[in-house]
Amino acid sequence: MSVQSKNSANSSAKSSAKSSSRAKSFFKSPARITLVIAGLFFIIALVESLTGATDISSPGTSGATLRFAIPLLMAGLGGLWAERAGVINIGLEGMMIVGTWTAAWFGYLHGPLVGFIAAAIFGLASGFFHAILTVKIGIDQAVSGLAINLIAAGGARYLSGIFFPPAGGDRTVSPPVDSFPTFTIPIIAPILESIDKQDIFFISNIAGVLHGLTRDLSLVTVALLALVPLTSWILWHSKFGLRMRFSGENPMAAESLGINVYKIRYIAISISGMLASLGGAYLALVASSVYREGQTAGRGFIGLATVIFGNWRPGGVFAGSILFGFTDALRVRQSESVMSLVMVAGIVAAILSLYYSISRRWKFAGISFGFALFALWVNQRVDVIPQEFVTVFPNFATLIVLTFLAQRLTPPAMAGMPYRRGTE
Amino acid sequence: MTKNRIFWGSVAPVAAIGTSLLFVYIILTLRGVNPFEIFQLMVSYGFNPTSLVSITNQTVAFYLAGVAAAIGFKMLLFNIGIDGQYRMGAFFGAVVGAAVNLPPILHVLLIVIVAMLAGGLWAAIAGYLKVRRGVSEVISNIMLNFIAAAIIAYLLSEDLFGVLPDGSQNLQTNKIPLSGQMPTLKIFDGEVYSFIFVAVFVGIAYWVMLNKTVFGFNLRATGLSFRAARSSGVNAPGMIFITTVLSGAIAGLVGLGTLLSDTHSYSMAFPSGFAFTGLALALLGRNHPVGIFFAAFLWSFLERTAPVLEFEGVPPEITIVMQGTIVLSIVVAYEVVARINLRQQQRAVGQVNAEVSSDKESK
Repeated sequence: MSVQSKNSANSSAKSSAKSSSRAKSFFKSPARITLVIAGLFFIIALVESLTGATDISSPGTSGATLRFAIPLLMAGLGGLWAERAGVINIGLEGMMIVGTWTAAWFGYLHGPLVGFIAAAIFGLASGFFHAILTVKIGIDQAVSGLAINLIAAGGARYLSGIFFPPAGGDRTVSPPVDSFPTFTIPIIAPILESIDKQDIFFISNIAGVLHGLTRDLSLVTVALLALVPLTSWILWHSKFGLRMRFSGENPMAAESLGINVYKIRYIAISISGMLASLGGAYLALVASSVYREGQTAGRGFIGLATVIFGNWRPGGVFAGSILFGFTDALRVRQSESVMSLVMVAGIVAAILSLYYSISRRWKFAGISFGFALFALWVNQRVDVIPQEFVTVFPNFATLIVLTFLAQRLTPPAMAGMPYRRGTE
Repeated sequence: MTKNRIFWGSVAPVAAIGTSLLFVYIILTLRGVNPFEIFQLMVSYGFNPTSLVSITNQTVAFYLAGVAAAIGFKMLLFNIGIDGQYRMGAFFGAVVGAAVNLPPILHVLLIVIVAMLAGGLWAAIAGYLKVRRGVSEVISNIMLNFIAAAIIAYLLSEDLFGVLPDGSQNLQTNKIPLSGQMPTLKIFDGEVYSFIFVAVFVGIAYWVMLNKTVFGFNLRATGLSFRAARSSGVNAPGMIFITTVLSGAIAGLVGLGTLLSDTHSYSMAFPSGFAFTGLALALLGRNHPVGIFFAAFLWSFLERTAPVLEFEGVPPEITIVMQGTIVLSIVVAYEVVARINLRQQQRAVGQVNAEVSSDKESK
């Protein structure tokens, strides 16, 4: 009797697993992504027409989102490279500072392109420094990263005090730097603009967002965006990427198969530093045209957050940085719109809760229902979301993800663990 | 053997400070100023009475941050959340202290307890995530630091707990009444916070707790080997949680010296960056209460005397770089010393083995 019931339970579990895997494979296809994005736009359009706020899908916001997201994306990719190879890089913030400073100073001396290249070189060097400390000498990775943050911040301020005042800058602000030329994609952008102007429900919203992404583009933006598919290809389709992931998952086994883990980590961490530094250069040369003290404003740490948020995958890091960049852009442009964003989030949470209760995952259903209720409560009781909370949204979101979804995250197994050749 | 240990134990800090002095020497020479002159200026400025008072007061805060970090280190916990915990402690201590009216000593005691509770509870979030969810305390604490700063900035707005004093742009909490203030000691015609006694007490209590109590033994055991401690009956996850909270409670005290004896209210002017300082001091002082004291003194000496550099045309931020270099070189020095020790041990074992085998051969 008991055997039978066990069997039946087993088979039912199997069948449910099968159906859920089928559902999953459907939802993993490009169709899912399109569907989800379309659904999101539909909700945004609905909320915008209900509340009268127009800034969520305006071209200005989507353009600003891109500008805010790229530095986070670069920091995130930097964190991804280091952690995939098995070393946590808390020095991202400091490496971004290296990028902002060198880009501004060399950009001022020899033009923005040289500034950009200088930032790449110095970023590479700062990453290499982290690699020497953590891989060769083997000190605690968090200590090394924090020290790099401190040295970079102090060093940038020291050098600013020496170099900038004679050049017409200030002790905290560099002299202005020429910025990169921008371009607007011909034909497509004007068409999108005209659609956006016509105010058709749903379609104009999509056109507005796309319009913002196609006008006043900088070549740098496009080049840096291309690093996402490139990283993805390197990680999953190249020999080096396989070895890199191997070093992060199990360095001992990798070493026993003849992979030079130290060398892999040296390269990966140096590139990590370069990417973070390019994010800083973007801040100084594209998002603004000057170095300013405190310009990075904790973006390196948010980059670290996007790595977790994106589950250690390039696409996830990209999605995370777009989301965080979006909230940042909205905060700066029109803080009232943040409230409509809460409404959007609440509706999404309600739909998710419905979806989860249909597929009988009660825990997730409960959590998302709680979020929906919370959003409703905020919507009813609070007039304006305080600026401070919008600023720390990425940090908060990451803590939530770590709290409720920690079991579903798949970090590299040995990220953060010191590894010495020939020891356990 | 113990002599050897003391030698190897002190060689690392000395080497680290030597390296960073050399580093600064090179930078100052590059800048075209005489390093010795500047060092002399810094020392003579730092040891004048007024400076000594301010250095002592700063040392109190740094010392507490160092002890908070050291408690974590003993458990292999990297408490980078000291910044947020200190803010929470100082802010809620100030708010509660201003809101109640109690007899003098009781009032101060209440503020201290509230500050420790606030710091401890804030650290408990990271502790819970670590023990129950396996979240690295480094990541969660970094996020919590930002969140703490945001929460306090929000609570300090004018329609909540903040007041704007006349002629100031700096929002602050209500003043703590006289009964909740701590007196200052008149030394060198300056005012040393009497909170220094609390710091001394914390240092002694830390040493006694660690070395003379069962709790401290369990703590050290869990830090040395989680699995060994667990299999010998120690509630290791519980120990991790309690240690995190304890470290946070001490971190909650960091800002109280200034709060109780000087400003009597919390404002955005309270400094930040205690997390890294605390960790650096614990590393430099080898988690020993006396070592942390010397490290804290060195740190506040550097902070106090940095403006001297300004007069010589050297941007004072060089001391920040110097602090970073000290930390890096100390950690590197520990690592190198540990490896030398390991090699010596291996050699000793090898010698014994060789003797044994040669004995066998001769027989």
